[in-house]
Amino acid sequence: MAKQDALFKYTLRLGDNALILSQRLSEWCSYAPLIEEDLALTNLSLDMIGRAQALLKYAGEIEGMGKTEDTLAFRRSERQYYNNLLVEQPNGDFAFTMARQLFISAFELYFYSEMEHSKDKTFAAIAAKTLKEVKYHLEHAKDWVIRMGDGTGESHYRIQHAVNELWMYTGELFEMDDVDKDLIEQGIATDLDAIRPLWNKYIGDVLETAALIVPENGYMQTGSRKGIHTEHLGHLLCEMQYLQRAYPDAKW
Amino acid sequence: MDNVQNTVSKEEALLAKFEEKVQAGEAIEPRDWMPEAYRKHLIRQMSQHAHSEVIGMQPEGNWVTRAPSLRAKQILLAKIQDEGGHGLYLYSAAETLGISRKEMIEQLHNGKAKYSNIFNYPSLTWADIGAIGWLVDGAAIVNQVSLQRTSYAPYSRAMVRICKEESFHQRQGYEIMAQMMQGTEEQREMAQDAMNRWWWPSLMMFGPHDTDSPHSADAFRWKIKRHTNDELRQKFIDKTVQQAEVIGLTIPDPDLKWNEAKGCYDYGRIDWEEFNRVIRGNGPCNKQRLDHHKKVHADGAWVREAAEAYKNKHKKQSVNLN
Repeated sequence: MAKQDALFKYTLRLGDNALILSQRLSEWCSYAPLIEEDLALTNLSLDMIGRAQALLKYAGEIEGMGKTEDTLAFRRSERQYYNNLLVEQPNGDFAFTMARQLFISAFELYFYSEMEHSKDKTFAAIAAKTLKEVKYHLEHAKDWVIRMGDGTGESHYRIQHAVNELWMYTGELFEMDDVDKDLIEQGIATDLDAIRPLWNKYIGDVLETAALIVPENGYMQTGSRKGIHTEHLGHLLCEMQYLQRAYPDAKW
Repeated sequence: MDNVQNTVSKEEALLAKFEEKVQAGEAIEPRDWMPEAYRKHLIRQMSQHAHSEVIGMQPEGNWVTRAPSLRAKQILLAKIQDEGGHGLYLYSAAETLGISRKEMIEQLHNGKAKYSNIFNYPSLTWADIGAIGWLVDGAAIVNQVSLQRTSYAPYSRAMVRICKEESFHQRQGYEIMAQMMQGTEEQREMAQDAMNRWWWPSLMMFGPHDTDSPHSADAFRWKIKRHTNDELRQKFIDKTVQQAEVIGLTIPDPDLKWNEAKGCYDYGRIDWEEFNRVIRGNGPCNKQRLDHHKKVHADGAWVREAAEAYKNKHKKQSVNLN
């Protein structure tokens, strides 16, 4: 695989995770259980839009076909997206959103801690900025998961249910293919095998504190590395890309 | 009998001191004595203001997931976040008057407390996001600038902060409209259509004409209000007409014309029947907005209960440890 091609795909993967999760979180706008939480979820979403902008802009530069971050965000189709299946899952209730956030933010904390030392200067710079944000995202999600786990009977049930439902999408976070191998050799990408035990330990500790059971590692759904998604992504893109698709000549 | 007499004269003395203070332009702080009617007026006005910020998140939130660029989404989300923040500090400011946020939300749900009528109109196209920022926030600023000097100090302090952010919103809304007016035929039509739908409701935001304004007399004497509805409305029209002309938008009022003698614009008749109908609950989105707020509040109850239960458990634990 040509270096540029691998780097392009890898950058899209990271950019798409930020983009798609920012879209999901923005759906909470005016729907949160209290205003403080409406503002917090918007904050998370804003951080991720910023990260998506930086990464997709970089992807466009690597590809060298004159695409901007907006072209890449609003004019690609379902099969051209490489975000993890976890982040495209619908918001569900507040417990579902927080369990999803805990899983992804813990992953991103370890991932970007490694990425900060990447030989790719752009990645290293984006990682340094992202880390500051992710630490807050993770604290926020962790606090809520513990509160819900150790709150009322209902909240305990809901958060355990969310953890169970989402568990099958966590295996994919650590999947590696030729793209990863190429870039790890060059000192650019993060070795996901190395961060997996850290993630397992962290999540195990949080769930224990929250009096929750860590699900068994059963069937793990995958596909995103090849652009195979759950049915949810198509609907999300439909909504997100509506104006750009309906008025292709317009500038906004 | 003497006691009653004493209480009455004590109350009269306090009232006289209060009125004197307000007339001298001094601010009233939460610890200061204030007449019950002043407190009630402020609770009504401030909770209405807070609810407006929060309900206003809905029509704008309607376009967050469909914003046409990453930058546009970022700006819109940040704006809505600001509105939520304004709601929060207005609720806190109102709480200094002895009412809780919970009570204020109950009053919103049972219809005792209102929110700005403007949010009972739908945001139908992306251009509405421009129109809301430019016209609705633009009208709100005119009103809020005047409230920066309102006599109740926590309200006035909240307004100073809010005004700074609102002027950003107005510029951002105007930028959306300007950009669309320079765009394709379809974009220009969308922008003009939004202008046509939001212009008159924006003028209604200032409330009835001065001759028909029910809450004004006390509000002026106590310096809660500093300018009349019609003065503020005129100010808004005069600054907005020019802005519309610059980008090629037409104000949907055939009677609008510059009055040389008065040095301001004359404008057509506002449809007060529509205004009153929407206030009474029969606008295009009244039911939708309130139902949304009630549903979200009810759906989120288990989360708030969980947080409360967790706090109580851990409070007890730390007490036991001691």
